[in-house]
Amino acid sequence: MKILTGNDLKTGDVTWWTGEGWSRHVNDAIDVGDKADEIAAREEASRNVLAPYAIDATTDENGVRPGHIKDRIRALGPTVRPDLTLKPADPAAGNWVI
Amino acid sequence: MYKYDNYDQQMVDTRVEEFRDQTRRRLSGELPEDKFRPLRLMNGLYLQLHAYMLRVAVPYGTLSGAQMKVLGDIADKYDRGYGHFTTRQNIQYNWIKLEEAPDILADLAKVEMHAIQTSGNCIRNISSDHFAGAAADELIDPRPYAELLRQWSSFHPEFCALPRKFKIAVIASDTDRAAMRLHDIGIQIVKNDAGEIGAAFYVGGGMGRTPMVAPCINEFVPLDWLITYSEACLRVYNRYGRRDNKYKARIKILVHELGKDEYTRQVEEEFAHLKSQGIEPPLAELERIKPYFADPAFKAGLSDGIDRSDPDFALWVDRNTIAHKAPGYVSAVISLKPVGGIPGDASADQIRLMGKLATDYSFDECRVTHTQNIVLPHVEKARLKELFDVLDANGLSTPNLDTIEDIIACPGLDYCSLANARSIPVAQKISERFASTGKTETLGELKLKISGCINACGHHHAGHIGILGVDRKGVENYQLLLGGSEAEDTSLGKITGPGFDEDGIVDAVERATDVYLAKREEGERFLDTYRRIGMDPFKEAIYG
Repeated sequence: MKILTGNDLKTGDVTWWTGEGWSRHVNDAIDVGDKADEIAAREEASRNVLAPYAIDATTDENGVRPGHIKDRIRALGPTVRPDLTLKPADPAAGNWVI
Repeated sequence: MYKYDNYDQQMVDTRVEEFRDQTRRRLSGELPEDKFRPLRLMNGLYLQLHAYMLRVAVPYGTLSGAQMKVLGDIADKYDRGYGHFTTRQNIQYNWIKLEEAPDILADLAKVEMHAIQTSGNCIRNISSDHFAGAAADELIDPRPYAELLRQWSSFHPEFCALPRKFKIAVIASDTDRAAMRLHDIGIQIVKNDAGEIGAAFYVGGGMGRTPMVAPCINEFVPLDWLITYSEACLRVYNRYGRRDNKYKARIKILVHELGKDEYTRQVEEEFAHLKSQGIEPPLAELERIKPYFADPAFKAGLSDGIDRSDPDFALWVDRNTIAHKAPGYVSAVISLKPVGGIPGDASADQIRLMGKLATDYSFDECRVTHTQNIVLPHVEKARLKELFDVLDANGLSTPNLDTIEDIIACPGLDYCSLANARSIPVAQKISERFASTGKTETLGELKLKISGCINACGHHHAGHIGILGVDRKGVENYQLLLGGSEAEDTSLGKITGPGFDEDGIVDAVERATDVYLAKREEGERFLDTYRRIGMDPFKEAIYG
């Protein structure tokens, strides 16, 4: 699947396109098929997102999994600071990245 | 240390308001990102993996206690309670909101700080010896000249759109503690046979994807012409440096392609022309700057004795303090490399504490080192134990300066959008491995440096042991290098062979150190043994 990601213009937070808006959680991302460029241009022009780009992803029992490690780290947060990730209560969450 | 005059302050305050307006226009839609991006980068604001990142300039690494405390306050107020000290003697914050960035710059301006020229194709923060003004072996304090260069290079209209970024280091001792020959321009203040003070210019060094050690292009430029000669070096680069390929745009490529002799000839020709143009700052400006760097009021008649009855304290003294030019004083290095910790990171509380300790113990001054530690440059030996106890109670007393645990590591793929692999977890595993085996002390001086990509922010080329993280089909892979140095015996490390995974690289490092322990001769450091016996015994042990 193709999913769309970028950063929030005001806060810089990593966000994912849900079909209706932008979410902090990669599991909310939808398959944008061949519409990535169209959505990205529209949303960037509306200042809803900064520097959007499409990536390959898969789904498994844990949800949506970006294909490249860089985007998995973006989805979770820094592996060396579990307390600053989106799963601060799970010290092993970094294993999902690798 | 230097204090802003009205001109400095007005310049910084004006820039804050200018950026506040630019940010407002970006958020309102008046400025699109392609127009705003270069403006935010000129103010040190990058977009990284998780958020905006702000890089704050620390000129030649020198900070007052009050400035350090504000850096801690910013970490709490605008970030997530910590900051990251970098190999450029700066500090970075990783979780900045665009809408708050102008307020941060305003807070910085109140203590004579900014983030100007910490990004972009301009002359970046001037770096220097972190023991300047304290070192027993320095000729003179290089910082007045670093400050003169800072003033000359700030908003220099001719050099704000260079082919590529440009880094200058200034030192004044034969011992190089600033990686001087790995800068675009490295300046060493020297004395000639006639006893006059001047500057040796090394031009065209750098790390990155094409590492080069800068050759000396002029062994003695009179200090009266320091700025004019620097201008000549920059002019030739600005005129002929490549702009068609960013990977070949640094001055090292120009010097290499022209050849040292031809580049030097052109610089000398330009210098001869510029000498008649009157661009050298008046001597009065240097004389105005110098008193800011005068020695603090060192006490006379202090004892050099230290009570070493506490073994933990004695170890820290042996490992983390450096000889000082004034009797009864030392420079104390606060390691930001706790075992298993993140190199260069400090919490807001720790940053504020280090500011307070600078005020209380070191004439209100501290330094950021390019090795990502903090120096209190002027500490009375009689008060060292008291200082150590405070550091120890706050997790800042790790006794590992210049050991294999004192690792330089860039932020890597945990934070950086350019990175190909994570650096920090590798550093953590290596420091834990060697701390647990007890080999750290036995190995002595061993400088290990890790970069998460070829841009080499972690100085991997210059590590006695270097590690470079690469992306191999989406999987992190780590190459091992041996034999680098960024000291006065500057050299570039060589790759041992095929790379390793995250655990494999830790094992490979340990095998390399085992070769050293088996082969070393009396008094040899790891680097010395490597240089004597060469790569083969290491390769044999590492790859079998």
